[in-house]
Amino acid sequence: MTGPLGKDLLALEPLTAEQINLVLDTAEPFKEISERAIKKVPTLRGATIVNLFFEASTRTRISFEFAEKRLSADTVNVAASGSSVQKGETLVDTARNLEAMRIDMVVIRHGASGAAQFLADRIESNVINAGDGTHEHPTQGLLDLLTLRDHFGNLAGVKVCICGDVLHSRVARSNIWGLKKLGAEVAVCGPRSLMPNAIDELGVTVLHRIEDAIQWADALNILRLQLERMTAGYIPSLREYNRVFGVTRERLDRAPKDVLILHPGPMNRGVEIDSDVADGPHSVILDQVTNGVAIRMAVLYLLAGGNPKLAEAAKGALA
Amino acid sequence: MPPKDPTPVLDARAVERTLQRMADEIVELNDGTEKLVIVGIQRRGVQLARRIVSLIAEREGVEVPSGALDITLYRDDLQTVGPRPVVGPTDLTADINGRRVVIVDDVLYTGRTVRAALDELADFGRPARIALAVLIDRGGRELPIHADVVGKKVDVAPGERIDVLVKELDGRDAVVLARREEPA
Repeated sequence: MTGPLGKDLLALEPLTAEQINLVLDTAEPFKEISERAIKKVPTLRGATIVNLFFEASTRTRISFEFAEKRLSADTVNVAASGSSVQKGETLVDTARNLEAMRIDMVVIRHGASGAAQFLADRIESNVINAGDGTHEHPTQGLLDLLTLRDHFGNLAGVKVCICGDVLHSRVARSNIWGLKKLGAEVAVCGPRSLMPNAIDELGVTVLHRIEDAIQWADALNILRLQLERMTAGYIPSLREYNRVFGVTRERLDRAPKDVLILHPGPMNRGVEIDSDVADGPHSVILDQVTNGVAIRMAVLYLLAGGNPKLAEAAKGALA
Repeated sequence: MPPKDPTPVLDARAVERTLQRMADEIVELNDGTEKLVIVGIQRRGVQLARRIVSLIAEREGVEVPSGALDITLYRDDLQTVGPRPVVGPTDLTADINGRRVVIVDDVLYTGRTVRAALDELADFGRPARIALAVLIDRGGRELPIHADVVGKKVDVAPGERIDVLVKELDGRDAVVLARREEPA
């Protein structure tokens, strides 16, 4: 028996609007737990979760770990460096060895697109994708949706522009799928060199000037410019990028209405976003971080449980 | 599917009278309203708790602090039946340390909900005493738990279930005995 999301959470693309709304609605009561003096409920007591991070991450890994601990799960963190991955062990062997130690869930961050799916097809544990290559980062997409819903009440017709390096961004892809399913209007804005071919086939508007994006949008989700892209020749310089695509106070002041500011972090202040925007009154960047823990608790809860063997035993006891 | 011929147990006026008596007993049991905190269990226990709070306010002239508990995350059956789709809000801003807490629920059956509520309350503080008030006690306990204040005891035959309706959620106040639908 599997829960309402199925065995795994790998991407937002295959989910229905009902499933996405279920996660968002379930996250609401979880927010309150983080406000308690004792920030813990016994829901996942006895469950063992492995956080398998093959790529660097601070926010996402800590957010998952808090979510797991606040649900009373036992957690183990495995990073690529310092593990047998460095000795050349394959992903599947690593996971099978972990599974042999009787774990219940794996949270995986990996540099290869499709790594989470690959793993989910081969192990029995629930798998949660914490970012795979340039594919998807579903829990980030969900926490962005929750933050937008907190602000706008309902996402239908809300105009959201995703700005920056859309080409390499798994956050952009999860956002586009999730926002479209909930009825938002989506645009993307960035340099042509950082815009995927045929992105408009996903049903998004393509804007090439940040001024146009600010004019159009109710909310901007500003992506991190991965600094290594500059050396790879996608953009001439960081200063040039800031001059043409930076979200600045002056540009926002010319907008017809207040624009909500989101950023998945980590921020490059003075590159894609200026400090007085990031710290300004319309920034919900720290709300995103707070919501991230609640969203991950909701996902863990919805994937957990329903063990068929225990269900049989309980039925036997009733008979 | 609507259940066949539900038998009325309490009508709206009887529910009102019963709640009034329960409110009086709660005040009596706690020697007044000082240190009293009323906590309802989601969902219908919350509505009943609010009614009891306003009945106490009418009689005693004191608005006692109250709150709502959702015990879904404290259930003991996640591993067997899987997640409940809807988790309701817990709203317990009143300080319960050293207070006399009365848990209010609609129906007392196996006692597992109350067990979960006791665990959840312990995460919020250490009350001086915890009591339990239920509108209906239908028997069938699976744990050593009893109610201190009972609206009405009802014998429920196998194949029957008890439904408590409250006007805030169901449009009318009533308690009915209904035939349990056969699982499909």
